[in-house]
Amino acid sequence: MTGGTGLRVVVVDGAAGDRPYEIVRALLEKGYAVARVATAAASPDEGDVVLGSERLPAAEPAAVVSAVDRLRGERGLPEGGAWKPWFPVIDYTRCTNCMQCLSFCLFEVYGVSEDRKITVQNQRNCKTECPACSRVCPEVAIMFPKYRHGPINGEPVNEDDIRREAMKVDISALLGGDVYAMLRDRSARAKSRFSKERDDERALKERQNCLVALRQSLDIPAEVLAALPSADEIRAKAEAAAARAAAARDDS
Amino acid sequence: MAAQILYCHCAFARVVPPETKAAVLDGLLRRDVEFEAVPDLCEMAARGDRRLAELTAGAGPVRIAACYPRAVKWLFASAGVDIGDADAAVCNMRAESADQVLARLIPGGDR
Repeated sequence: MTGGTGLRVVVVDGAAGDRPYEIVRALLEKGYAVARVATAAASPDEGDVVLGSERLPAAEPAAVVSAVDRLRGERGLPEGGAWKPWFPVIDYTRCTNCMQCLSFCLFEVYGVSEDRKITVQNQRNCKTECPACSRVCPEVAIMFPKYRHGPINGEPVNEDDIRREAMKVDISALLGGDVYAMLRDRSARAKSRFSKERDDERALKERQNCLVALRQSLDIPAEVLAALPSADEIRAKAEAAAARAAAARDDS
Repeated sequence: MAAQILYCHCAFARVVPPETKAAVLDGLLRRDVEFEAVPDLCEMAARGDRRLAELTAGAGPVRIAACYPRAVKWLFASAGVDIGDADAAVCNMRAESADQVLARLIPGGDR
C-alpha cells in the first residue's frame, strides 16, 4: 500500500535492528508507507523498496529516511506532506442530496455525479481548516475527519446535533439574509445614534465585530467569511448547481 | 484466518493523541504480526489510491487503527471502497486507549 509519496518500505521481521519503532515512525512522518512482514516476497510490488536490501541498507533512522528520500527523487515521486489532507467526506446514510453544500462552497469542491448524487470532486480546492459547508448541511452529513470537534470529525450524530442543524435549513437565511440583514440593522442603528456625522470607520468596525463573532461561533476562517457570497450570488450558484444536476440527468 | 491490520499514522494533522499513536505503533511492532502502516488515510482516499481496495480484497477480516469509524467508513467509500463488505472493524485512536486499540487489533495478542 502506498502513502503520500507513492513509495512503500517493506520491513521484514528483524531487518530494522533494535530500533524498528524509530525507523517506522520516521518513515511514516515523511509520508512513506510501511509494510511489516514476516518474510520478504519473492517479487515485491512495484513501488516497494525492501529495508536491508542492496538499495536500502539497514541503518540509523535518519539515514534510512535519507536513502528513501533519494530513491523517491530518482523515481520522480512527490514529497509527502506537501498538502494537509483537509476536505469534506459525505455520510451518504444521512445525505438527502439537497445540494446546499454545493451551492454554498466558495471553492468548487463539490460536484454532481452521473447518477445525480452530490460528490466531493476537488478535494484539493478545499480551504484548510474551513468546515463551513458542514455547518450549512441540515442533515449533519458532512464530516472533516481532521476537525477537532464532533460530529464534524465523524463522531456519532446525536439528537442534539440533529435539532441544532435543523435550524439552518436555508443557507440564504443563515449566511445570506441573516448576516446581511444583521449588518444592515446594526448599520442603521449606528446611523441613528450617530446621525450627526457619517462614520464609515465605525460602520466598518461594526462589520468586523460581527464577522469576528461569526468566526468564533462557527469556527470558519476569517478569509472565508470575508468572501461570503451575497444572497443573490448564493441563488445564482444554486441555479448553476441545479443546471449541472439536470445536465447529468440528461446524460445518464 | 489472521486479520489484515492497517494502521493510519495521521501524519499530517495533530488530532490523534501522539502518545496513543506511539503506543499502538510500538505495540504492533513488538508483536509477531504483519501489518500495513500508512502516513494518512485521508490523503490516500483523496488520491483514490487503488491499494485501499487491495486491503479489503483478502478473505480475512480487516482491522483498522485510525479515527472515528463513521469517518473512516465514508473515507474508504469516497475512494470507491466499501469496507462494509470486508468484515472491517475500525479502532478509534482519538477516543480509545492504546491498550483498547491493540486488544481489538490483535485479540488475544501478548503485550
